[in-house]
Amino acid sequence: MEQGEDRYWRRTSNLMWTMFALWVFFSFVIHFFVNQLNSIHFFGFPLGFYMAAQGSLIAFVVMLFVFAAAQDRIDREEGVAEDE
Amino acid sequence: MAEQAPAARGDFISNLGKIYGLYTGGFFAFVIFLAILEQLGVPNQWIGYGFVFLTIAVYAVIGIISRTTEVGEYYVAGRRVPAVYNGMATGADWMSGASFVGMAGTLFLLGYDGLAFVLGWTGGYVLVAILIAPFLRKFGAFTVPDFFAERYGGNFTRFLAVIVLICCSFTYVTAQVYATGIIASRFLGMDFTVAVYVGLVGILLCSMLGGMKAVTWTQVAQYIVLIVAYLIPVVILSTQKYGVPVPQLTYGQALRDIAALEQGMLSNGLATAQTLKPHVQAFTTYDPLNYFALILCLMVGTASLPHILMRYFTTPSVREARKSVAWSLFFIFLLYFTAPAYAAFSKLEVYSTVIGRDLDSVRPWLFSYGVLGLVKICGVDAVSVEAIKEACSKIAGHPGVIRLEDFRIDTDVIVLSTPEIAGMPYVIAGLVAAGGLAAALSTADGLLLAIANALSHDIYYKMLDRNAPTTRRLIVARILLVSVAVAAAYTASTKPADILSMVAWAFSLAAAGIFPALVLGIWWKRANTPGCIVGMILGFGICLYYLVGTRYFAVSFYETWSWLSNASPAAVAKFNELKAAWMNAADEAAKNAAWVALDKHAQTIANWWGVRNISAALFGLPVGFLAIWIVSLLTAEPSKEVQEMVDATRRPRGQTIIRDKDAVLPAH
Repeated sequence: MEQGEDRYWRRTSNLMWTMFALWVFFSFVIHFFVNQLNSIHFFGFPLGFYMAAQGSLIAFVVMLFVFAAAQDRIDREEGVAEDE
Repeated sequence: MAEQAPAARGDFISNLGKIYGLYTGGFFAFVIFLAILEQLGVPNQWIGYGFVFLTIAVYAVIGIISRTTEVGEYYVAGRRVPAVYNGMATGADWMSGASFVGMAGTLFLLGYDGLAFVLGWTGGYVLVAILIAPFLRKFGAFTVPDFFAERYGGNFTRFLAVIVLICCSFTYVTAQVYATGIIASRFLGMDFTVAVYVGLVGILLCSMLGGMKAVTWTQVAQYIVLIVAYLIPVVILSTQKYGVPVPQLTYGQALRDIAALEQGMLSNGLATAQTLKPHVQAFTTYDPLNYFALILCLMVGTASLPHILMRYFTTPSVREARKSVAWSLFFIFLLYFTAPAYAAFSKLEVYSTVIGRDLDSVRPWLFSYGVLGLVKICGVDAVSVEAIKEACSKIAGHPGVIRLEDFRIDTDVIVLSTPEIAGMPYVIAGLVAAGGLAAALSTADGLLLAIANALSHDIYYKMLDRNAPTTRRLIVARILLVSVAVAAAYTASTKPADILSMVAWAFSLAAAGIFPALVLGIWWKRANTPGCIVGMILGFGICLYYLVGTRYFAVSFYETWSWLSNASPAAVAKFNELKAAWMNAADEAAKNAAWVALDKHAQTIANWWGVRNISAALFGLPVGFLAIWIVSLLTAEPSKEVQEMVDATRRPRGQTIIRDKDAVLPAH
């Protein structure tokens, strides 16, 4: 049986790796395809340019708010959250 | 938490919204007041002074009100800063004078490739949030080196961390003080050296009496000024041009117009395929390897810079620290996703009203920057129509209209000139200057505190005098703060070109020196002291070697590593030719000239696999990680106490790991 603390750390690590994978995707992977994406237009922007100028940035901001909420839920469910 | 805070401060914290709301309203009223004065005929110079002195006075008042005699407040603002406000303070801490003034210009010049900076300086916060900040907050350190000493044991790791911290922060703070001098001298016609020392006084008033507490509350005030100043001109411009006050959306239209003008310039000979970098075209300046390496180094560097990490020591809880990183990124994002709009609007202005224009009809705003040496046409400063006509007439086959290759603009002009291009009153230009100053001052405050705290807390208190009483600790902290500030101002006043070009190195140095040991210290229990020491020395060492070698010892670096260089056969031949010319030079003067040519050429080919030196952490990072991993596994695992400490670091509930005997801080 997995102990409480181990399970807490496993869930925390899983969340970290999920966010890390998203970070890799929005920081690097999506921009590998800039030339292909530039043929698509979005509000007048070539999409490849848009992703580097705004799209990835918006993704980072949203990711961090989601991360803070998700980690807080894990803390509470595993009984390691701080007292309010 | 809150109930342990003394009542008076609890009042301050619970009224923050009201206080900063009033402050923002007051700031707008002040701008309107100056606008009215301008209409009444008050000279521009007075308006400019009004902006600079009033804003600095307000920051100073906040700094003085926030004075403290308490260690916990001095070092970590009493750990009572709510997530949103810490986010604003981090935004001001992060966005430097150069980001504010120069970022849009970089995007103007580099187009798509410049977005590496936009991505690099935002995405790093994801790493801060998921890997580092919440754990450091739980740890309860006062400084980043504190964590190294406690986790890896012993003062040697602390000392190494202090060295890395000073290496990456001192050049950076010098550049901020320099930026305050540049902004004040350009806008107000103040003497540069005087402006530097005025900036120094502003910085010291904000930080000396209240340490982190004072810096926090002034940075919040500075963030408000800088973001208002950054957004207003471009919002007005967007409304004028496209009828929609959201420049971040309307510049898509500008990009389309730019692409059409670029085609036009190519077809009528105003630009050639060599001189024109299409704005949205990727990889015109950096190759893909360097583009992605730069993004990586800037991001990891962000997550390692001590003046940023220490901001997350100030939140009331681990939970708030996480939220605070999200808010920080949001506030930073507001500026960085606007910068490309500035670049696009300016480029549209230049392409449609400068390039292809008859020399007689050059727009007057160019001359006001030409006088400052920031705009050049046909190779001379654009001071007047006559001057540029004369210069252009000397160029063989010049068509009498401005071609793309004739036009040179300094990156700082883009943001500074936008109010003028859009025909806005001077008060907006003054506002932009106040914003640039706020950006430079706030970053300088944070950096200065990071350096001085490392010296006073880590070196003096933890290594030299562990029994120092509170009063002596705080006196020493302030003396060191003033000393470091004066040293930075003195260095800046000498206008050191080398130091300024080294600022970009800070990211790679911090990434290679701090990141591996910091992340593994939290995420890998097996990481031990020998691993940390070897990893820090090797990672930081390789990075420093690459930076200094490729920049200052390019010839010998190339000769040692020619088999790893990406030099083309033609470049190698040129190197050999220049080298022969240097060896065969007849006299001393010829030898020196030949050496300069040789060294300059060597700098373009002294590299490993073509990686530019700004991305040196591309080598330092893997070496650092590998060294910690290998050496840790070859030596004994950390003691049971250390492993339990790591467990406690990972668990939000409970007491902080480090508890300072003198500090009055909330229990967790």
